[in-house]
Amino acid sequence: MSAPLLEVRDLAKHFPVGRRGIFSDERRVLRAVDGVSFDLKRGQTLGLVGESGCGKSTTARAIIGLHPTTSGSVKLDGVELTSLSRSGWLPYRRRIQMIFQDPYASLDPRQTVSSILTEPLTIHRLSKPKERKLRAMALLDAVGLNPRHIDRYPHEFSGGQRQRIGIARALALEPELLLLDEPVSALDVSIQAQIVNLLGELQERFNLAYLFIAHDLAVVRHLCDEVCVMYLGRIVEQAPRDELFESPQHPYTKALLSAVPHPNPHTERTRERIVLTGDVPSPLDPPSGCTFHPRCAHVSEVPEERCARECPALVTHEGRSSACHLT
Amino acid sequence: MATALDVRDLSVRFDTQHGNVQAVDSVSFSIEEGETLGLVGESGSGKSVSSLAVMGLVPSPPGVVTADAMLLGDRDLNRFDAEALRRVRGKEVAMVFQDPMTSLNPLLTVGRQLTEVLEVHEGLSQAEALQRAARGLGDVGIPAPEERLAAYPHELSGGMRQRVMIAMALLCNPKVLIADEPTTALDVTIQAQILELMKDLQEQHGTAILLITHDLGVVAGMSDRVNVMYAGRIVETAATAPLFDAPCHPYTQGLLGSIPDLTRVAGENLYSIPGQPPDLAELPAGCAFAPRCERAREECGAGVPATLEPAPERRSACLDAELLAKEGGAL
Repeated sequence: MSAPLLEVRDLAKHFPVGRRGIFSDERRVLRAVDGVSFDLKRGQTLGLVGESGCGKSTTARAIIGLHPTTSGSVKLDGVELTSLSRSGWLPYRRRIQMIFQDPYASLDPRQTVSSILTEPLTIHRLSKPKERKLRAMALLDAVGLNPRHIDRYPHEFSGGQRQRIGIARALALEPELLLLDEPVSALDVSIQAQIVNLLGELQERFNLAYLFIAHDLAVVRHLCDEVCVMYLGRIVEQAPRDELFESPQHPYTKALLSAVPHPNPHTERTRERIVLTGDVPSPLDPPSGCTFHPRCAHVSEVPEERCARECPALVTHEGRSSACHLT
Repeated sequence: MATALDVRDLSVRFDTQHGNVQAVDSVSFSIEEGETLGLVGESGSGKSVSSLAVMGLVPSPPGVVTADAMLLGDRDLNRFDAEALRRVRGKEVAMVFQDPMTSLNPLLTVGRQLTEVLEVHEGLSQAEALQRAARGLGDVGIPAPEERLAAYPHELSGGMRQRVMIAMALLCNPKVLIADEPTTALDVTIQAQILELMKDLQEQHGTAILLITHDLGVVAGMSDRVNVMYAGRIVETAATAPLFDAPCHPYTQGLLGSIPDLTRVAGENLYSIPGQPPDLAELPAGCAFAPRCERAREECGAGVPATLEPAPERRSACLDAELLAKEGGAL
């Protein structure tokens, strides 16, 4: 077994909310990420799924240092990242890159593609200045865009093409780990398939590790080797891809999978489905005990109202984990 | 069953500085009472613009709307003036938009926004309207509806806001409900709740629903029939099951082939339609899908392909429609 490239242990990110006055302290704590642990190996893809507000994006942003962490540890190749200074980060930024959801908002409209792609090379003093543009053209080619379009501006490209530019920018520094935050959810179905395939090809070619954040579970099943399901800042279930999709253990995972409509009119109309009642509770005021218990159909199966009193630990058994009093 | 809405030969053009854009080109469709018609296509295919045109909501200028007829029952909306349309809109034809954050007024309470509809269309007093509004909120599954009337939109979650939108649309028991990506902004668990709700309400009131979406899973579960749009035209029409089982247009085939399947072990690569969606200002002559189509040949560029009927109750605007119907299969 090779050592994992990324090791995340008990990662927490809490945001103070409200204001502090002279006479009162109204500050409350929003536990966006509350004790998340996982490993990711080179060349592998780990999926992070869950509803909006479950902390998947905050986890990625804490890993790459965009949010200072509250507690816990993030190690890349054994080096602790959370204690790095701003300048200490520089060599590691090169190794971890991020791709964002919105290809319209994540590219500077006043920079040409050439400038977008050579900027990281300049900052990290990679390749000779004269060669940088050639390198940028090679990157465009790698992501399936015409290298002759290098002097164009982002608005001259469609959404799918812009996402390719975002991917090329992330690849410019030859990273080992890509954090992909909903990289295909803003794209049309036919373009989404192109980008999903491109991500698969690039992973194989450059032996990249992906942390893939998505709410589209079908795309996750297609791309990921292992999947973590998050609910209100915690991982409630973690398992290899096929095991998670074929035999989900946690009641939340079951409900989440059941909520996805199947693009098949025959099975879609006949299958049994679990419809959760209510919304995700506010992370400012999470329920007691297991945070999923107010929406869970199995609460009555656990004696002595344990679900409302006691937060279940994430227990690992035969390579998969689940945080439920039932399992 | 009576026909609730019958749109014939609807076209919408936008005259812009960069030339004329034909957003919708000779689109015809009809919906029966109690039926759900799915309208599927990618961004820019003209789905939303055609529904806005039915509602008389296309801004003019730059929009130019023409149609042979847009029949609501036996009345032609196309001949209505602005005032007559205003009286129909919200009462007989109602709309639910994609983004519940921007389509509710942030400055007005939920109660005020709901009662406005009733005061305008039904002439109810404020007290009566408030009562009806509370009942409407209860019908869409909002707990403690009387208290919610005093809430502002920002105090509600996304799913709750979309329920309020649906409640507002259904207050006057419309004959036709146009739902434009009603669940796209929501999480899947909330989407499942909203879709169930729409189905229940349709069963109770016999509402005809025009469901605009890009999510083929939603279409599979909700629609009776489906129209597939590409570059402003309807390229295929069929009942839902036959469309998914044996698409008769290469674009529909490609679209169905490119969605990953949650229930199946994934293969190596997804099928993907090559190229980019076309620029509506510079459409190719002939079939707009031809530049991305694996079956394309010279004739495809000669003229817009006629709509064929390769099987009963099915229409496809492809020269190979009959061949595709015989081959009978998705990719």
